[in-house]
Amino acid sequence: MMETFLGYERLDGSAGIRNYVAVMPSVACANGVVAAIARAVPEAVPLYHAHGCGRGVEATMHANVLANLGKHPNVAAVLVVGLGCEVIKAENLAVAIGTSNKPVEYFNIQDTGGTKKSTAHGIGIIRRMLADAARLKRRRFPLDRIIMGLQCGGSDAFSGVTANPSVGLVSDWLVDQGGTVILTEDTEMIGTSHILERRACNPDVAGKIAKMIADAEQLTHDLLGPLAPFVISPGNMDGGMTSIREKSLGCIVKAGSRPINEVIGYGEIPTKKGVILLDGPGYDMESMTGVAAAGSQLMIFTTGRGNPIGYPIVPVLKVASTSRMYEQMGDDMDINAGVILDGTPMQEVGQQITDMVRQVLDGELTKAEINQQEGIVCLYTLHPAF
Amino acid sequence: MAAQVIIIHPQDNVAIALRDLKKGEELFLPDGRPLNISADIAYSHKVSLEDIPAGAAVIKYGEIIGEAKGPIRKGEWVHKHNLDIEDRKR
Repeated sequence: MMETFLGYERLDGSAGIRNYVAVMPSVACANGVVAAIARAVPEAVPLYHAHGCGRGVEATMHANVLANLGKHPNVAAVLVVGLGCEVIKAENLAVAIGTSNKPVEYFNIQDTGGTKKSTAHGIGIIRRMLADAARLKRRRFPLDRIIMGLQCGGSDAFSGVTANPSVGLVSDWLVDQGGTVILTEDTEMIGTSHILERRACNPDVAGKIAKMIADAEQLTHDLLGPLAPFVISPGNMDGGMTSIREKSLGCIVKAGSRPINEVIGYGEIPTKKGVILLDGPGYDMESMTGVAAAGSQLMIFTTGRGNPIGYPIVPVLKVASTSRMYEQMGDDMDINAGVILDGTPMQEVGQQITDMVRQVLDGELTKAEINQQEGIVCLYTLHPAF
Repeated sequence: MAAQVIIIHPQDNVAIALRDLKKGEELFLPDGRPLNISADIAYSHKVSLEDIPAGAAVIKYGEIIGEAKGPIRKGEWVHKHNLDIEDRKR
């Protein structure tokens, strides 16, 4: 029988595991007003970012990402604060977010009379949205509504031995329950293209996987030049890894062993369930935005060196690869996969993570949430501003 | 007792050393099988779990990570010197 979780029903058919009211600037120029509103009403979640204007190629992608963050299942309602003269218009974002049928409002600072009037206006809207959102109660949903994002950051020699394979067991469990997992960070797939292609559900998906990984390898060479080998060659793998393939296998194992059903771009939402590959950068902060914009209600983040970062609208569950780091940064880590090195079976750690995922889905806070490690929305860019 | 090696996937024919292993020592795998170590093997490096014939696949994470350049005996260190990592897309 399919397992269930306690979530918040959204009118587009999705289910959230949190019930946030978000304040989103359409452009970085509106961050100050967003911050003033968030100071006055701390229950609101500010989605600070650095973009919204001055971009050619990326403007559409950024607009899609911001709209998808607004549509996110964990978000009950959204206030978009615009400046007035930016490329990514607050009105357009509000219209895009409104296609999910959730409450969304917007205004422009230039039309509202500056910072103080805009802040007061925004506080009124947000208080009303929070009161409405508070009336919503959790109810049971099947696990097939869940999208779980996978991330690894600050990896060490044991990330691929303890934390990532344990998370792979959790991915298999969720996919077998009808759910979805998102694997991203293209640079960490280099060398495993043929293995991932073999797992594709059809030749079209296999072709997209091949192209995505080949492009990532080319981009690494283009951007890093003589430094590229430090990212992608076996030469720096004296930690016992003989090839880049072996290193990447330690990363992709997070996604378990089930078929890959779709490849999506940065700023896109999956249309399939099961294992999904997201074409995105290796840089954690920008990668997490892609994963969040794809609609992941939670993320699992494995870390060896120890990274405390969370995400504004998505609970992030931290899995430590060694007991040493877990003990040093216990306040930031949810699970210690390092016990595998002391003889605890991997199945047992996988089960621990699965149990904690169930609790987090039902509302239990992750360490990143407790520490208010929301950070800011970092958006991927490839081209300079104009 | 602390594990001395870890086998990541049930199909793997190599394990990862969790401490520096010394030539000649006998240890026991998590399932109780004995393994005689035939070379000094550094922490986090690979050790062969079975005799692997020349040209046969070396498997880690349940996937082929390369082929044996020559015969690899059970308990041997597996790395660049005896593992062919030429990309044959297997």
